[in-house]
Amino acid sequence: MAEVALGTGGAPARPRRRHVGWVPYALLAPGLLWLLVFFAAPMFTLGSQSLQEGNVFDGYVFTGNVSVYADALQKYWPHLLRSVGYAGAATVFALLLAYPLAYVIAQKAGRFQNLMLVLVVAPFFTSFLIRTLAWRTILSDTGPVTELAQRLHITDLLQAANLINNDTLLSSKFAVIAGLTYNFLPFMILPLYASLDRLDHRLVEAAEDLYASPFQAFRHVTWPMSLPGVVAGTLLTFIPAAGDYINSRLLGNTQTIMIGQVIDTQFLRVLDYPLAAALSFVLLLLILALVTTYVRRAGTEELV
Amino acid sequence: MTDRHPLDLTSPATRAALSRGLTTRRAVMAGAFGIGASLSLAACGSEGTGGGTTGGGAAPTAKAAQDLSDTEKVVNWSNWTQYIDVSEDEKSRPSLDAFTKETGIEVNYTEDYNDNDEFYAKVRPLLAAGEDTGRDVWCSTDWMVARLIQQGYVQELDYGNIPNGQANLVESLKDVEFDPGRKFSLPWQSGFAGIAYNLDATGGKKIESMTQLLTDPALKGKVTLLTEMRDTLGLVLLELGKDPANFTDADFEAAMDMLRKAKDSGQLKGFTGNDYTDGLTKGDIAACVAWTGDIVQLQFENEAVQYALPEAGFTLWSDNFVIPALAKHKKNAETLINYYYQPAVMAEVEAWVNYIPPVQGTREELEKIDAELAGNELIVPSDEVLQGAHVFRGLTAEEEQKYSSEFADLTAS
Repeated sequence: MAEVALGTGGAPARPRRRHVGWVPYALLAPGLLWLLVFFAAPMFTLGSQSLQEGNVFDGYVFTGNVSVYADALQKYWPHLLRSVGYAGAATVFALLLAYPLAYVIAQKAGRFQNLMLVLVVAPFFTSFLIRTLAWRTILSDTGPVTELAQRLHITDLLQAANLINNDTLLSSKFAVIAGLTYNFLPFMILPLYASLDRLDHRLVEAAEDLYASPFQAFRHVTWPMSLPGVVAGTLLTFIPAAGDYINSRLLGNTQTIMIGQVIDTQFLRVLDYPLAAALSFVLLLLILALVTTYVRRAGTEELV
Repeated sequence: MTDRHPLDLTSPATRAALSRGLTTRRAVMAGAFGIGASLSLAACGSEGTGGGTTGGGAAPTAKAAQDLSDTEKVVNWSNWTQYIDVSEDEKSRPSLDAFTKETGIEVNYTEDYNDNDEFYAKVRPLLAAGEDTGRDVWCSTDWMVARLIQQGYVQELDYGNIPNGQANLVESLKDVEFDPGRKFSLPWQSGFAGIAYNLDATGGKKIESMTQLLTDPALKGKVTLLTEMRDTLGLVLLELGKDPANFTDADFEAAMDMLRKAKDSGQLKGFTGNDYTDGLTKGDIAACVAWTGDIVQLQFENEAVQYALPEAGFTLWSDNFVIPALAKHKKNAETLINYYYQPAVMAEVEAWVNYIPPVQGTREELEKIDAELAGNELIVPSDEVLQGAHVFRGLTAEEEQKYSSEFADLTAS
């Protein structure tokens, strides 16, 4: 109604628009400045650092040495693949865990909705590091979880699947992927919740009225409607998981080292800054390529 | 540099000297460090202007900041974990409290030194940029002290403020090669690296050699090694019958092969700094390369934790107080060092940390506190034990670069 009322007096609105031309730029300025200082500038530094040569005693000098990228890829491609693999697995598990939960919170929780959301976010009140360290205690070799898994022969199963390399859970592929899944789960739940919360239940009812089975209704109504949430959630989980270095360090062994941990070590222990910078770039490009392909495939341009 | 070996431990002269006890072991150790000299070569060859303050041939001198000691009664001390006495309830550190009471100087004691390389990486950018690290004193291992001195990152000590250091430092540690005359550093503790294991996790099995540690299937996936190259590699070299004080490139490769094989077979859980203690007590780590003092401490918590000094030999080292460039409370730091160089105070620390003290007369004081500890071979080692102790030789700049990057590849990929 208000719009209609304004519409009648439309004429004076036009000259005003010219005056406010700078407003969008002013609004963008803080964001752009942020991007420049905390993204563009470090990127440039990192890029130029990757092309330096030297050692930590004499200092590094820019020489435009591109071969470091070849070295980095040749030496660390297994770690890159492993990181993508672990992050991918963690993303799939997180989706499987998060979707039903988000659906319940959004559609069925009623007055418990807020409480459940708080519970999802609650672990974030403690630090990432503490949460991961807690997993070390949970999966401890002498702890009840390991003992139960051994009694139920879950450890044998995991061992057969080559996810653990002795009869304990800690320090294994299994532990790293479990840690990644846990740590990034809320990033999956929240976007899913947001898109499922907007889902108009009458559409599902309409599908059922048209003789759709519950599965068909989900397949053709709920799932497509929640796709933006799925895409956002998978991206928010996969990207940080692929670069993570805490989980592999605290929960893994020497055969589960992810690329983030390699970069961390090269930067902070070996002090081979060019190699570390090159690896960071390779990881960045790899993730960018994967994500672009994924988003194209998912066709989110139409969905969002 | 490579021909700079320590004294031959088996020579009659050394043996005679060894019979006098700890003193001589330290002399042996002192002889081992060609590292200071080797690093000066590195500086000579440098033409870099990149990040460091190194540039000319001579070692640069560390800049001093305006000393605020008299107006700000604090000192910021970074140290390794479990490296100082704590009270029964683990809420306070008695020797530090007594220091504050005596001098009025507050100590901000931070346990953020987990590993030499890691700590160096943390402070290097600040030191290189000529900025204050926010720390007034920390404890670095010998070879790291050599590097810090060479790069001009640590300040000369003012012995006017550390009379006890001058008087009580054990004779043999007075003139180490990386710091002649102890101008820049004073030892905090010395110790051995050997093998530790948790009897509960090994199923009652004793682990007494590196070969067993690296190949026993009972330990698969439950073994950790130290990221400290000189300790881990030193033990493997000894196991192969080589002397860490006198080894070749080929010996290094042979030792690395042994470590790589262990890693590829899934024997290793990982490489750690000081942080293996928790896992070892719980039994998540069945056996590991460990430092003596840590294990004596852990035994109070869990009797299943055992220590073995391998028959093939083991390594020894010291950690030393240094005062970084631009430290704001240099005089307070020196007062602190002076305080710990009293035998009675050091004995109090020793009764808890259980390493080998560098202060003369500590043993006698320790006997008053705890005669049993004073009789512990790991704290007051006998000549027999000392025979097995070895030091890692100084490395040339090229060796340092090559070995440490190869070793880092092993530990982190």
